[in-house]
Formats: sequence, structure tokens, C-alpha cells
Amino acid sequence: MKYAFSFLAVIALILIAWLGSQIPGMPYLFGIALPYLAMMIFLGGFVYRVVQWGKSPVPFSIQTTCGQGKSLDFIKHDRLEAPDTTAEVVARMFLEIVTFRSLFRNTKSELHDGPKITYESSKWLWLFAIIFHYSFLMVVIRHMRLFLDPVPFWIAWLEFGDGLFQVGAPTWYMTDIGLLAGCVLLFSRRLITRHVRFISLVNDYFPLVLIFAIAVTGILMRYFLRTEIDIVNIKQLAVGLVTFSPVIGTEIGAIFYIHLFLVCVLLAYFPFSKLMHFAGVFMSPTRNMKNNTRAVRHVNPWNPKIIPHSYGGYEDEFREFMVDSGIPVEKELPPKKDEEKDEE
Amino acid sequence: MSVPKLEQLSQSVVQGPSLAAGAIPTRDWMDIPVKFTPGSYAYVAKKDKVEYLNSQSGLSFPNAREWSPEDDDWKLPEGWKEIILKGLQERLGKFRSLKIFMDCCVRCGACADKCHFFLGTGDPKNMPVLRAELLRSVYRNDFTLGGKILGRMVGAREMTVSVLKEWFMYSYQCTECRRCSIFCPYGIDTAEITMMLRELLHLVGIGINWILEPVSNSNRTGNHMGLQPHTFKDNVEFLVEDVESLTGVKPDISFNRKGAEILFITPSADVFAEPGLYTAMGYLLLFEAIGLDYTWSTYASEGGNFGLFTNNEAMKKLNAKMYAEAERLGVKYIIGGECGHMWRVVHQYMETMNGPADFLEKPVSPITGTVFENAASSKMVHISEFTADLIKHGKLKFDKSRNSHIKATFHDSCNPARAMGLIDEPRYILDHVVDWVEMPENTIREQTFCCGSGTGLNTDEIMELRMRAGLPRANAVKYVHEKHGVNMLSCVCAIDRATLTSLNDYWTPEVGVCGVTELVANAIVQEDETRGELEEGLRTMVF
Repeated sequence: MKYAFSFLAVIALILIAWLGSQIPGMPYLFGIALPYLAMMIFLGGFVYRVVQWGKSPVPFSIQTTCGQGKSLDFIKHDRLEAPDTTAEVVARMFLEIVTFRSLFRNTKSELHDGPKITYESSKWLWLFAIIFHYSFLMVVIRHMRLFLDPVPFWIAWLEFGDGLFQVGAPTWYMTDIGLLAGCVLLFSRRLITRHVRFISLVNDYFPLVLIFAIAVTGILMRYFLRTEIDIVNIKQLAVGLVTFSPVIGTEIGAIFYIHLFLVCVLLAYFPFSKLMHFAGVFMSPTRNMKNNTRAVRHVNPWNPKIIPHSYGGYEDEFREFMVDSGIPVEKELPPKKDEEKDEE
Repeated sequence: MSVPKLEQLSQSVVQGPSLAAGAIPTRDWMDIPVKFTPGSYAYVAKKDKVEYLNSQSGLSFPNAREWSPEDDDWKLPEGWKEIILKGLQERLGKFRSLKIFMDCCVRCGACADKCHFFLGTGDPKNMPVLRAELLRSVYRNDFTLGGKILGRMVGAREMTVSVLKEWFMYSYQCTECRRCSIFCPYGIDTAEITMMLRELLHLVGIGINWILEPVSNSNRTGNHMGLQPHTFKDNVEFLVEDVESLTGVKPDISFNRKGAEILFITPSADVFAEPGLYTAMGYLLLFEAIGLDYTWSTYASEGGNFGLFTNNEAMKKLNAKMYAEAERLGVKYIIGGECGHMWRVVHQYMETMNGPADFLEKPVSPITGTVFENAASSKMVHISEFTADLIKHGKLKFDKSRNSHIKATFHDSCNPARAMGLIDEPRYILDHVVDWVEMPENTIREQTFCCGSGTGLNTDEIMELRMRAGLPRANAVKYVHEKHGVNMLSCVCAIDRATLTSLNDYWTPEVGVCGVTELVANAIVQEDETRGELEEGLRTMVF
């Protein structure tokens, strides 16, 4: 149901772009106005969200240590898993973000008769995530060729590497396949793994379907419908967009507008969705803080003034017992008072 | 509540029907209401305890009343929904962690089968991700644009009484152990979520007695057991007598002594009940063997901090006694005994809340001269750090054979492992005093499994839940018991000593529970001792 809705939504978006771009004059909307609007929403929304997060302080140092902390000289410190210095935190974060280290740790637990619980390493999610994210990154970088004139040499190198297997003509990029496969794998996992299916929301299926559609339209343009589009005009438009002097030449092709429109939707959707994990991972207090809280005091900007139940109040309540059992007290008992009372 | 027979529970855990055991739920989780039956919840806080706490400066525990979770009407205060939503908004502004954790989850499910409560109960709402969704769904509804427009379609739902009841059920089926958080690609920490849920619930007067009574005891008498100063002293003195009768050495102890070099604070449970008593006897013997100039305090006689399980304010208020007492007595620094959550508070919260501790000195071991640089600012040293350093410098003489009746394994407590990184110090100590083996690798160190009864859940009325939640730990114990003949589960946590005892009694009755310092003291060789053959170490002949 939830995944079906995601498909319907993406199909509707495709129809809007396909039909819309055929109306005279509308290419300006789909080719120029919407991309600018989407980019503004993306950048503005992204910054807004990060600033909103940043506005809330980090009152306590709540790092999770995933290894031995820095302690005595002869106890081997796990510098990556329980970082003590900024450099160690940077290294931990770098590996977390670049290699998805926490996911790499993933295990699968199973209940067996007995009862007996077993744990085995489970790297599938990590693998799917790596394939998806790195393919996506590479595809985005390769697209820079459209916006830059002349095309930087390193993009050509990356393209060469990406097409290393020289399969097909034009040469298939591995990351095009990777992006499609990533979407399919992550989507299938959501459907097939029972507990993941149970927790999945439309918000989880929709971006996958959307990105899948973006990849498919892109692949169609590059490998199958090359004659339907005008790559020179596309480049002219793209360079025009980034230099703020966009021009739409003659017929570019509906498939291009569908592709572009879906990208615009993704950009505009990004800041208001879970896709913000891209920024959030940098700011997660359990990962980006040093485990040195006993060596260096962490300050809480809103630390409330709360004093303990005072020693004085405690002694007042229990003084008699304390004196009787020989516990030192600050204020001795006034013994005479009791005697006076007795006399009365 | 009676606990099901071992065979029944063993079958039920595996066969379900539950999500963990392979069943596929047919309804959306939002459509499954919670139902409170005896055994499914811990008893709610007594009215007088809540009133007492609410009367204390800096604390707010409103809406004291008589009520039961089984009733339809929870006697919530007027405008409870606004109170909750305002409370959530306030906390979003105070904790970046909460905002990030609300926004970043992608529901990848990596956390799902990492939770001991999920593995033991099979209840989908015990998957950490879903526990967070209980709160996230309300957050979406009232604090995000998408949620406001699209509502349930994007996983948003209105705050209702039944949502509130769900929060109560599942924030008290989480022990804030943080195991899920090490597997989360964004480090989302369910402990933070649970803490927030519990804080919000306290705003409308929902809390459990097993936590609030200890909080009020700790506030008034200095320790969660409610031991008054003379009783606390008596208890420790009984232990001194036991030590003397067993070893011929009479440990020199003092209470509230000004001018002592070191203040020693440990969970009060260690001077109150088995098997923690033997750990406390261990401290006495250890400190006597090295001639440490230290004092106990009756005012700060609790290492543990049940405030951590309620809200930030209560945690701060209880913790403040440690520094206040250290300052009053004029000690140089503090040594803390074996405890789990106590050390989360000491390591990650104490100095932030109640520091700077500039009236204390940088901790230096008076025996070895080692400077504890890792505690340079907070001035509180863990007993395992202190002991490991003594051993490294050859200041303790051991006869390991005195522990030959023991084949031990070691349980990493959640908080020292995942909130402190205290992992290898206890192992270093064990290597010198006892023959021991590790449990399977996915159940130790940072991946350690909770005892299942932490965060104030070690109360008898939810025993079945506790036995289920503790199953992953018990299962690992059983494994090493069968494979290596392990007969003792050692740990550095007072709650563990209580809860693992119940757990082992149920799942692996052949395995006992002890503190690491008990094993140290068993093996210590001292001058002038007249220790006969203690067949069971310090446990011989006691009581």
C-alpha cells in the first residue's frame, strides 16, 4: 500500500512533466523556473534545517564509546572507537561517513529452540548502502560535465574509471547500474525483511522510487533515446543555469524535462525529509564528541541551578542517631534541652 | 506476578507468535493499542513519594494521586496534552540530540534485532526504531511541515491518551543500555529517546515506584535503600566483622571523616544485600591491604543515581551530593565503586551539572604515584582503574589459587562499556586474580547485552519481562557454562549483582554472580592475616 502509493506519486510526477513540457512556453517553466526554485528550496531548506539543529545546544557529552577509552598507560586505547582528541574524532567521523562503519558492524540475531540465540555478521545492508550512495555520488559528479565549460580533466578521468569495462556503445557506466541496483536492492529489502517492512513509511519508499525514476530517465537518455534529445542544447541550458543566463534552444526532448523535473522534486523534497541524514550524520552527538569528559569539563549553557538536599538539613534530621553511633557531626546535640524537658 | 515455568517461557520466546520469532504482523503498529495487565507494567509511584519529591527545591513531580495503569482513566491533569507538547517543544530547544534523532532516522532497521527487549519479548514496539517512532510520530504531527499537511500518510499521529499509554508501556521496557546506538549509522541513541519519554511522562504525573521511591530515599537519607546514617554505618561494620572473622585482618574504616585523603562512594546496595556484600567486603580488604586514607560518607552514601531514570533535574540534585560532601570533608578526590549507570552519570554528566570541581585535586594514587589524567577535571576515579594501576605496579600480592573454586566470565555493564569505554581495566584485573573466559564476541565489550532490568526495572512485579529481556545475556552465560564450565559471572555493577542473580537463578542456576573486587579480595595476600582455607572465598561462613 505504502510502496504502491510511492509508485503512483512518481508516475503522476512523470505525467506532469511529460505533458506539461509539451505545452508551448512551458519549457521555460520546467527548464528554468522550476530548477531555480528547487535549488533555492534545497539550499535554503538545507541551511535552515542545519541552523535549526545548531540552535539547540548540546548540554551533555553523550558520546557512545565502541571501544576502550583512554585510561591508564598500559591499557590500550581504542582511538577510533573512543576518541580523546579532536583529530581522533575527525578520524572516527571520517570513517563513519565515508565507509559507513557502524553499519559494517551489523549482525543478524536469530532465535532457535532451546532457547538459543545466535548472532552472525550481516553485511548486506552495508553493501546495498555503499552501492547506492557511492553510485549516486559518482553520477552527481559526472553530471558536473554539463555545468562546467571546459570540462575539468578529473571528471574525464572519473568517467574513464567508471566505464572501465567498456561494455556496450556508448560505454555503460558502472555507477548507472549501481544506482539502479542500489534502489532495487534497498527497496526489495524493505519489502522482504519483515521487521523493516513493518516500520517502513511512505517517506521511506518514495525517495527510492523517485531516485529510481531519475536514474531510469537518465539511462534512457544516455543509452537508448540519444536521438530524441539534443545534448548540445542541454549543455547550453545547464551552463546557462549556473551562469544565471539560461537559454532554451530548440526542441530538447520530453524525456529530458521528465528527468529534470524529477530531480527538482528530489531537491525540493530533500530538506524536509529523512534525506537530511546526509547532514545529520555530521552532527550526531553520540559520534562527534570526545570521550574525555572526566579530563575536560563540558559546559551546559542552560545548566539549571539546583542544589542538593543540604548536609545541614540531613544532619538536623538524623543528628541524634549520628551522635549515638559515633558519626562526626557539624553541630553537637544540645543535651541540656532534653534534660530541661524531662524536668518539666 | 508469577513467572512462567522455564519450559513454558523457553518455548514462548522461540515460538511466539512474535515478530522476533518470525510471525508477520497483520496490522499497522499504530492500530495496535497497548493493554495493561498484571505483570506488564511496574507499579506506579506512591502518592506520598511523588508529593515529597515535588516539595523539594529544584524538582517538579506534579499530579501526585492514586491510580492504576489498568484503569481507563489515568486521572491526567487538566490540559495534559498541551503540557506534553509544550514539554516536547522545550526539550527540542534544549537538546540537539533530540532534534537530530527525531529528524535523521531512515528506518533502515539495523537496530531492530539488537535490543534485548525485542529479542526476549518479540514485541515489534520494542525495536529501538519503533520505540523512537512512538515519539517521532507525535513530533511529526506537531512540529514538521510534512506531518502537519499529510498526517498519518507520512507517519504522523495526534497525541492522544492511548499514545500516552503506549509511551508509558515502552519507555519502561527499555533499559537505556545504548546497544542499539552503536549499530545505528547515525548514532541515534534510544537512551536519549527513552529519557525524553520518561521526562515527558513525569510532567503529567506518570512514573513508577521502583524509581521514585529510591529517588526520594536518596534525597532524604543519602542512599536509595533509605538506610539512615547509623544503619548504614552498622551495615558496613557488620562487614568489617565478617572480614575480620574470615581473614584475621580488621579493616580500619571511618565515616564522614574530615581530612581523609579520599572519599569512597559506592552503590548502597553493596552494603545491603548479597552478593553485593562480598564486593563491599572486597573494598574493605583492598583498601586495608594498601593502607588507604579514605572515608565513607553517610550523607553521600549512594553511588547509583535513580534520578537518571526520571529527569535531568532529579539526576543533578542527587548527584550534587557527591561534590558537596567531598568539599565539606575536604578530601583530595573521590574513588567510585563498581556500578553501571552511576558511572554514566559520573563520566558524562557530573562535572557538567555540578562542577567545576576546582575544590578537589587532580587524582594521584597515594600508593603508586600514578596521576589519573583521564579524571584530571572531574576528580573521580573508577575502582577498576585504581586497582589495575595497583596491580601494574606490583603493589598487591595475590594468591590466585584462592579463586581456584571459580571459573569466571565477565559481563560488561552497559554504561561503563558504551558510555565510558571502561572495558579492559576489569579484564586486566581478572587476568591477575582468577581463571576466566570470555562470552561470545557479539555479547561482550561494546556489544554487551544488558541484564534486562536496568534503569529501575529490577522490580518483582515484572519478573517475566525481566527474564525475557535478560535472555540474550543469560544465553551467553549458559553457553560458556556448558562449554567451559563457567560457574561465576563477574561484573562491575551493583544493579547487575542483584539482577543477574535473579536472571541466572532462572536460566542458568549453576552460575553465581560476583563483583570483580570480590575476586580481588579473595586473592589478596596480606601480612598478619590468619586466613584459613576459605573454600568459597569471602562467601565462606558468612551469615
